[in-house]
Amino acid sequence: MVAPARILSFAEAIREAMAIAMDADEHVFLMGEDIGVYGGAFQVTGDLVHRYGEERVMDTPISELGGAGVAVGAALNGMRPIYEFQFSDFAMLATEQIVNQAAKLRFMLGGAVSVPVVFRMPSGSGTGAAAQHSQSLQAWFAHIPGLKVIEPTTPREAKGMLLAAIADPDPVMIFEHKLLYKTKGPVPEGYYTVPLNKAAVVRPGADLTIVASGLMTVRTLEAAATLEQSGVDAEVIDLRSLRPLDIGAICESVKKTSRLMCVYEGVKTMGIGAEISSAVAESEAFDFLEAPIIRLGGADAPIPYSPILEKASAPQVADIVEAARKLATGAV
Amino acid sequence: MMDDRAASSSSRPAANRPPVYDRLTVAQVHEALHKMILIRRFEESAEDEYMRGMSYGTMHLSIGEEASAVGMCAPLSDTDLITSTHRGHGHCIAKGGDVNRMFAEFLGKETGYCHGRGGSMHIADPSKGNLGANGVVGGGIPIAVGAALAVKRRRTGAVVVCFFGDGANNEGVFHESLNMASLWKLPVIFACENNLYGMSTSVKRSTAVKDVAQRAAAYAMPGVIVDGNRFADVAEASFEAVERARGGDGPTLIECKTYRIRGHSRSDRNLYRTKEEIESWRKRDPIELFEAELEALGLASREQIEAIRAQVEVEIRKGVAFAEASPVPSAEDLLRDVYTT
Repeated sequence: MVAPARILSFAEAIREAMAIAMDADEHVFLMGEDIGVYGGAFQVTGDLVHRYGEERVMDTPISELGGAGVAVGAALNGMRPIYEFQFSDFAMLATEQIVNQAAKLRFMLGGAVSVPVVFRMPSGSGTGAAAQHSQSLQAWFAHIPGLKVIEPTTPREAKGMLLAAIADPDPVMIFEHKLLYKTKGPVPEGYYTVPLNKAAVVRPGADLTIVASGLMTVRTLEAAATLEQSGVDAEVIDLRSLRPLDIGAICESVKKTSRLMCVYEGVKTMGIGAEISSAVAESEAFDFLEAPIIRLGGADAPIPYSPILEKASAPQVADIVEAARKLATGAV
Repeated sequence: MMDDRAASSSSRPAANRPPVYDRLTVAQVHEALHKMILIRRFEESAEDEYMRGMSYGTMHLSIGEEASAVGMCAPLSDTDLITSTHRGHGHCIAKGGDVNRMFAEFLGKETGYCHGRGGSMHIADPSKGNLGANGVVGGGIPIAVGAALAVKRRRTGAVVVCFFGDGANNEGVFHESLNMASLWKLPVIFACENNLYGMSTSVKRSTAVKDVAQRAAAYAMPGVIVDGNRFADVAEASFEAVERARGGDGPTLIECKTYRIRGHSRSDRNLYRTKEEIESWRKRDPIELFEAELEALGLASREQIEAIRAQVEVEIRKGVAFAEASPVPSAEDLLRDVYTT
């Protein structure tokens, strides 16, 4: 029985999830750079240090590799750490501990251990922070067996998926698009979880299927409203989880609409869209396709600074509308 | 139980007796010798298995470094923790590991510590507090610090011994980890087994300071240098560091000066060091030094030592037989344990 919802921002929903988890389990604690009195670079941890103290909301030195490793070691020994990367780009410094250690320890040790750690990954472009503070690296981590990679879109999902991630016995990377932090929506009170392995049909439609996640889902829904005015009825699937990928839900939709487009902010080449396209092409849904599968991904370039260039590097609403219209009307 | 203390059974003047024997019972001293010999014979047997084509992949032997593994673990109980390295057989046995399951892992068998998923470089035994060997140089160091953070928060009273080699002291994560451990006064002991070479590159050619222990000063913790081939020296330093850690005073860096008699791994042709150098270290064999000291101090007779050696041979034979008779994993189980749920 889920309690009534209030309107919270995405950042507030994440903060509430962490507070609920810390109230419920003394082993849950937060680590990261400037997450204490500063409140986090994006004010996600906010006032939590005042409510839970410095032992549970730990400011770390600027030591991403060591810090991530400390989180892994704590997780191996009965704690439930949540490690905030100030920008997900900085997780590049910690890939050794994420990819070689957290993701593999359970398997390498023959199932003797679990690593219940959550890495929070503020990601994405659109803030004028340029190439080293704006990436969408979901596909990098989704390539690694042993990791779970999720990306909530709404405040309600952000809270429920983070609570599910904290309760999960395996390492989970939660990608939080920075442009979503201030977006608002209804969020139920109290404890609830949203599954980490299920995509959601967030807009039913008949003419084509558009698959997206996070901010790209928000833009796709906006594009779908525009498309509707010109008679194109798009079905929008919000992936929510990138590993595992809910290919079944995508195939079901494709069987209905016969057209598929993938929208993602990460670099187009070797990206999420490539995996979805080939998985659908390998499935029984392939026989239902009436047009090529379209990938609308990020540019094959580092994220630039100047706003006109930055916008051009990631799919915008108008790009989605145009590509979807072509696909739906057979102009591809 | 003071009468059982090792020191009281010796007739030697106290001044010549390493102080660690005041901390250990005779039975504990004999067990330390047993473990050192078991490590040596385990690795020699593993090498034989490899030569006979029974094992696969690579292995990193710690022959010549047994005193640092057993000495560092001397003050620890099963609830204390260690992190280990790619050269980790000694650490596993020192922490109470089962050679049957170690041999089985070597042979890639389902009965091995990792059910054949890890091999030599990933043997762990959480039931004995061994958080595992690690294939990445320095990979276990922040994990040890995190384990120390966990036991401090959970108030278990445990300490963590973090083994690593001289090669790891130039990894950035070594520095990040020592800084955090000291900053947060965590109960962790950093045990650097300096065997003079990171694969082929000597410490002189890789490390700007003369002694790894000097690095401790940068992180406001004690840096202690011990003769890593002498059990008593290593164990005494470990006892002192463990007391400091349990007392809430934070970490210590102990540098055990030792030597790896065998090559880095199976591919090593020893092109970077001389036969004379290897021979000079062979003369300081940690097991022979330990046995001689125990005999001189009256802590073990030659007969007792021979009995320990005979017992080890039985354990080794049983371990090899167990491993060879064990089933291989099923390919159908390939994806097992990628995830818990």
